[in-house]
Amino acid sequence: MEILLFGITRDIAGKPRITVPADTPLATVGDLKTWLGDQYPAIKALSSVAIAVDSEYAEDSQTISSHSEIALIPPVSGG
Amino acid sequence: MSTANKYSRQTQLAGFGPAAQQKLQQAKVLVIGAGGLGVPVLQYLTGMGVGTIGIIDGDTISIDNLHRQVLYTEAEVGKLKAEAAIATLRKLNSEVVFKLYPYYLDINNALALIKEYDLLIDASDNFGTRYLINDACVILNKPYIYGAVQQYEGHVSVFNYNGGPTYRCLYPTVPQANEIPDCNTAGVLGVAPGIIGCQQALQAVKVITGVGETLSGYLQIFDLDRNDQYKIKLTSVPENHNIKHLQSNYDTPACEKGGKLEIEELYRWYTDDKPFFLVDVRETKEFNHEHLQGAHSFPLSALSDNIDRLPKNLPLVTICEIGGRSARAATTISEAVPGSTVYNVVGGMETWLDEVGEQLVVYPKSETAP
Repeated sequence: MEILLFGITRDIAGKPRITVPADTPLATVGDLKTWLGDQYPAIKALSSVAIAVDSEYAEDSQTISSHSEIALIPPVSGG
Repeated sequence: MSTANKYSRQTQLAGFGPAAQQKLQQAKVLVIGAGGLGVPVLQYLTGMGVGTIGIIDGDTISIDNLHRQVLYTEAEVGKLKAEAAIATLRKLNSEVVFKLYPYYLDINNALALIKEYDLLIDASDNFGTRYLINDACVILNKPYIYGAVQQYEGHVSVFNYNGGPTYRCLYPTVPQANEIPDCNTAGVLGVAPGIIGCQQALQAVKVITGVGETLSGYLQIFDLDRNDQYKIKLTSVPENHNIKHLQSNYDTPACEKGGKLEIEELYRWYTDDKPFFLVDVRETKEFNHEHLQGAHSFPLSALSDNIDRLPKNLPLVTICEIGGRSARAATTISEAVPGSTVYNVVGGMETWLDEVGEQLVVYPKSETAP
């Protein structure tokens, strides 16, 4: 499973994408958030991050598979 | 000068034509923010012949704006952006009617102003204003073009268009202060808001004329670092269309001013009756000599012990004699009180007395102890 990172999540991880190890048991977006939070506590601390699964906005209950492409999209405010 | 051929290169465009041009000429567009995003939006909407363009921005031009706000010149530093923009844009297209609003959008003016327009452009620079624009547009049923940038990344969408998703459908939770770096701390590549602002202008023209497809229902992300684009499909949440009133507070610290407050702006906060809590961090003797109306004495030497006495629900403004101690105090408070909004008054009391004079200055009866 690939996680694309945008905005501050990319700065936190220090790279534009994270590959989730194949044997990680993740069934939903909520599971993924928990797993990510363990790997990157600074991402867990963000109060507002949109998550997309296969290019569609997703809620925590959304199911995911090892083929899913996830994107973490924190808001940006500058202008 | 004959203007008959002014728009010929787009009216001859297949799929556009004189009918679309006429829609542009009849349109009234309010551009919120005349900064990095607002500048290209304004230039193209003016050039393409939008009939009425309102510009709302209370900010002035500073030298570190010019790398991205390329409508302005070095000679205009210190001038109001909205005013300078209109002066130059009039030369580009004399047929456009410009409306000048040289102040910030807030809960008191938002609804009355937005009501006058068909379409809004969110070219603002802070989360508070973005949620305010969203809510006002939902209440008044106006579509708006969303754009935001940071570092090498930009976001664009069309929100609240024909029942489509809103900003709250994308970000239901308002980010906490200081969680997402602002323009000052994170920086922004000069050309980035140029690219995103042009995308906003494109979306605006599409919404007005009906030509082409809009980004309503999608968020488009421009990854300018990797020359990549990523588009996600959004879901319209019915309850986000059910807003009936603005919130009483959107806590809107402007990104470009974040942490610093010029004397001129502090003076405007006073005259606008903006709610804030003024923290005078000079020692008691200095405070008793003179201080600004409504100031509260929190000497820097004892600030850490008294930090719990600061209000949690108001923007805090720190001031001292020339600005040094108040800057340290602002840092102390920001670190000790997560989520607080703190501004340091640049130049302090000395600059106030130089620039404003004795207006709003209180001289308590002499309390100097023998």
